Amino acid sequence: MKLLNELIGWIDARFPLTSTWKAHASEYYAPKNFNFWYFFGSLALMVLVIQIASGIFLTMNYKPDGLFAFASVEYIMRDVQWGWLLRYIHSTGASMFFVVIYLHMFRGLMYGSYRKPRELLWIIGMIIYLALMGEAFMGYLLPWGQMSFWGAQVIVNLFSTVPFIGEDLSILIRGDYVVSDITLNRFFALHVIAIPLILVLIVVAHLAALHEVGSNNPDGIEIKKHLDANGHPLDGIPFHPYYTVKDGVGAIGFLIIFCAIIFFAPDMGGYFLEFNNFVPANPMKTPEHISPVWYFTPYYAILRAVPPLFGSQFPGVVAMGVATVIFFFLPWLDRGKVKSIRYRGPIYKVFLTLFVISFLGLGVLGTLPSTPALTWVARVLAVVYFSFFLLMPWYTKIDKTKHVPDRVTSR
Amino acid sequence: MNAIKKLGVLVLLMLMPAMAIASGAGVHLDKAPVDLKDKVSLQRGAKFFTSNCLACHGAAYMRYNRLKDIGMTDEDIKLLLPEGSKPGSTMQAAMDSNSAKLAFGTAPPDLSVIARSRGQDWLYTFLRSFYADSKSPNGSNNAVFPNVGMPNILAGLQGGQELRVESHDGRETKKLELVAPGTMAAAEFDATIGDLTNYLVYMGEPAKLVRYRLGYIVLGFLAILFVLVYALKKEYWKDIH
Repeated sequence: MKLLNELIGWIDARFPLTSTWKAHASEYYAPKNFNFWYFFGSLALMVLVIQIASGIFLTMNYKPDGLFAFASVEYIMRDVQWGWLLRYIHSTGASMFFVVIYLHMFRGLMYGSYRKPRELLWIIGMIIYLALMGEAFMGYLLPWGQMSFWGAQVIVNLFSTVPFIGEDLSILIRGDYVVSDITLNRFFALHVIAIPLILVLIVVAHLAALHEVGSNNPDGIEIKKHLDANGHPLDGIPFHPYYTVKDGVGAIGFLIIFCAIIFFAPDMGGYFLEFNNFVPANPMKTPEHISPVWYFTPYYAILRAVPPLFGSQFPGVVAMGVATVIFFFLPWLDRGKVKSIRYRGPIYKVFLTLFVISFLGLGVLGTLPSTPALTWVARVLAVVYFSFFLLMPWYTKIDKTKHVPDRVTSR
Repeated sequence: MNAIKKLGVLVLLMLMPAMAIASGAGVHLDKAPVDLKDKVSLQRGAKFFTSNCLACHGAAYMRYNRLKDIGMTDEDIKLLLPEGSKPGSTMQAAMDSNSAKLAFGTAPPDLSVIARSRGQDWLYTFLRSFYADSKSPNGSNNAVFPNVGMPNILAGLQGGQELRVESHDGRETKKLELVAPGTMAAAEFDATIGDLTNYLVYMGEPAKLVRYRLGYIVLGFLAILFVLVYALKKEYWKDIH
């Protein structure tokens, strides 16, 4: 023990070990009233680590080559010790990453976590989300199945609809006139090093911003307003040990669901691993129905819902882009007097419910082949989706809010 | 109450794809009798596969010695090996793909993961749905996969089938009728194709044999761990009000 203390003292004289631990764990005060929805931040971090760890081992056995990629995935599934487990961990992790992130973002919407002073925290989070979409999209090409190939083909072609520069832009992305071995190689490079590196850096920035402003909570009250004699928030408790043990419960609960999928339903009925992706990529044979993986389908449905203009799909592409980027503006669209849904009026609750329905509904529609009737459903849902954001300055202002208590309520 | 309503909407939304598929016009698929615990059935399927299917199709990701998974011995496996193959070799088609392409118009697909892309019920129904068709270049057709390049090599076992289109209240139903007996009785043929389908499902994902068993162990461990971390959390949090 004495030796350990001496060692820590030696390190502290040269590196901010103890002070960092105190600032971010043992003396980082978090509101004591976190509920179920507050598990998803730490879970997202855990899934990131799971993806990086499983990804390293997959990289050791995978071949980013148009001739061998599909076979090397089957080699991992059959001949590599525990390869099937690594692959299922990684493929399930990709989908669960989006489940966790979507729930994490929904938490932000419910409790107004994007409001002042957390605007930058929210924006950094949104950059993580966009980076994650890029990471997932590039990673999905690597198994080199029919859906990998044609999904990438469709998405890259979206860029070619941009007026004037579109054609050159899509060639720049693919490195070729069609998705090919060259595309596979560059997507591999971006997937295993470029984007993960950026992801880790902005996750650190996200945490730094969080610890600067402090966590929001289900009441949307600033706990820093009421301090005790030591200058600690009265309604705050040290992150460690209280939230480390609590998040531990969340982590194990999550792992139970995660492992149930890995071992009992890794393809999740074709939603996590699409059936058609067990057919090797064939540029000469277009599948009857191309649909992206489930986590992109809300945006894909919006893309298809917008009618083409002068024969160009560009308006749909713009709508899809705006649908993702519009989240960035939430801190300034929301004019509500209160942050949390607990003290908001009925109008906000109705709009948020409609938004969730439109998001899920568009997600379902994006997986289906489009028919004229379904396209109209998608149009209605897309209008609902955008109204949530565009009408927000109006409806949050006129909404009847409840009185917000001074101190957090325990629940 | 509110939460229940929301849940109801969620469930409805999740059911939408299922409903759309159910309403779509597809061929009725028979349920395949797949049971990966039935090693004898898997072995029968493996023998049928190596002696018939491998004539034209390959299974390039499957190694012969992997058949130990389903209880075959080294001796059993040696009997299945084509000339020039080692127990560690992957299953290659006897026919090279260029001549197969010339003969059938399209190269026969590799069957390693066919059960994962097509599904077990599709395979089981497809293999039993060939019928005589004079319009087809090879004299046969398939009710599940119209104009398939594969000739009806199973006719000798199953017997000859013909397609009957019946009309009830303006609705057309397609039925296959056995018109000439084969060397196998109908039930025996179905059982043979059942064994083959069972084997194809195993071959599509050999890990499936261990995945479930390991899953129960992992979930059991996590359940115990959950109780412990929950107790730990309770202990730490008892003085937080």
